[in-house]
Amino acid sequence: MAEPRASRAGARWLWPLLALPGTVWLAVLFVAPLYVVLAILFGTVDPILRQPVPVWNPLDWDLSQFRYVWQHIVGENPFFRPALLRTVVYVGVASLLCLLVAYPVAYYTARFAGRWKGVLLAALIAPFWISYMMRMLAWVNLLQADGLVNKALSVGWLPDVHRAWLNGQPTTVVLGLVYGYVPYMILPLFAGLDRTPTAVLEAARDLGANRWETFRRVTWPMSRAAVVVSLLVTTLPMLGDYFTNDLLSGSPATSMVGNLINNSVLTPGQTGQAGAFVVLILIVSIVPMVAYVRSTRAGSEVQS
Amino acid sequence: MLDALRLPQGPRMSVRGWWRDPWRKPRVLLLFTLLYLVWSLLPVLVAALFSFNAGRSRVTWQGFSMRWYYGDPLRSVWHDASLHTALTHTLWLGVVATALVVPLGVAMALGLDRWRGRIPAGANLAVLVSFVLPEILVAVSLLFVATVLTTPLDLGTTGQVIGLVTFQLSYPVVIVRARLLTIGKDYEEAAVDLGASPLGAVRRVLMRMLLPAIFASAVLVFADVIDDFIIVRYLSGDSSTEPVSVKVYNTARAAPTPALNALTTLLLVASLLAVVLGFVAYRWFTRGEKGVRTLDAFAAET
Repeated sequence: MAEPRASRAGARWLWPLLALPGTVWLAVLFVAPLYVVLAILFGTVDPILRQPVPVWNPLDWDLSQFRYVWQHIVGENPFFRPALLRTVVYVGVASLLCLLVAYPVAYYTARFAGRWKGVLLAALIAPFWISYMMRMLAWVNLLQADGLVNKALSVGWLPDVHRAWLNGQPTTVVLGLVYGYVPYMILPLFAGLDRTPTAVLEAARDLGANRWETFRRVTWPMSRAAVVVSLLVTTLPMLGDYFTNDLLSGSPATSMVGNLINNSVLTPGQTGQAGAFVVLILIVSIVPMVAYVRSTRAGSEVQS
Repeated sequence: MLDALRLPQGPRMSVRGWWRDPWRKPRVLLLFTLLYLVWSLLPVLVAALFSFNAGRSRVTWQGFSMRWYYGDPLRSVWHDASLHTALTHTLWLGVVATALVVPLGVAMALGLDRWRGRIPAGANLAVLVSFVLPEILVAVSLLFVATVLTTPLDLGTTGQVIGLVTFQLSYPVVIVRARLLTIGKDYEEAAVDLGASPLGAVRRVLMRMLLPAIFASAVLVFADVIDDFIIVRYLSGDSSTEPVSVKVYNTARAAPTPALNALTTLLLVASLLAVVLGFVAYRWFTRGEKGVRTLDAFAAET
């Protein structure tokens, strides 16, 4: 009798001990630095060195930097507003396009690929192993003024196309985002669709539903959770993206909130601005996260 | 007459019949999937192909050569120090960060799986949030820590490794916990009943069963680290700590040579090698298991 108790007592310190290094790491290097961002946003700027001076006590927080950003979003001279609106539109359109591309592909792979499923899946995850920058560089090459895209568009009897794809075209940026993030969407969708029980689908067929009805009334509702996850894992990273924009456009006419952060974070005296936008993204991304976690908790309670 | 002609082949010929046939092959979906694959992979293949171009152009094919890999005495990857330093630095970051992240994450996953209370609940939330939070938040906050405060966190390789570990830690935790869920507690309890200590049960039973998940997360972390851009750029010190992604970002729009394509192609080869090694190891460690789904661990990333 003594032995199991001893081992259980041993287990009591074992699990915290195992979890502790990672927990401490995240606390010190993930959570605490987010507080540093707040302290800088609500801190002051050294008037001579233009260095940010963080203020640690929330009671002493100075709102002037926050107010500056806020006024230039909603106030009379809203020069931050276009980039924020653009972020919403670009990321929204790109996420929807991603879903439109990813869903059929994941659906086909999960339902119909048969013995090719493994091969197809490997090809679909291939972009994971290709550097994002290489994939963007590939498009920079293709979309140059004398690149293969323009050549392909003006092949044969067609008139010569000299479209400048890379000089601040919203289309290019959105398509670049779709190209960059769609692989991350296919995997969770595939995982969700692959779990749809075949028996349910066959039952729907047996009860007289045609293909479209089966999809609309069985497959789609059952995959909704996977759709939400896949939208989360693609939309949230897109919010902080600035390099796709810089590589495929490089023009302030298409800049997004990520570009605002990137442009101000290394500029002396504008660190607080960068902090403000970081906090903005943080809030925008945490709200759907919490909603999702709550909904899955409710869902698992229903399941069990 | 007309009916007689139509009846035998009716369902097959008419569009309506084809549309209503519940067992028809999903040709449209197949075509869509194939087109997607072409769209997703062809540009990269073209970019890799032009790394073997004999001329300076990344648009017109001027014959095959290894000029941009080692032939060119000035601008090839082999001879241009800034290019091959970027490559070795990227791979170095990949190895070091993976070697730190995987043990840290596996231990954390094991601990969080059983430890109950408010601290582990908070740690769980932190893992989940860091899993999906835009990378730029982690990068900027650590950059602020490095530049505004006086801490051991310095810009350069140290800062980059710390940033990468912070951002990647959630991967092994999520993957290993998914695997722990499918393993269940039976094996471990059996081991304890047979006289193993809790640590012994973890070491000799659980770790063996977790090996595939550990390999999968190591491969994923490595591939993700060498692909990383935002963190390694903000936390880089000088040009000697600029990895491939930063190099591409800095030069892609400023008249690059095919050497840049060669550099990214080499990184792609390294990444594929890691995947193949990981896959082989994964198959090796799961060889006895029946019904194991090879890609499950990779899909578990979601």
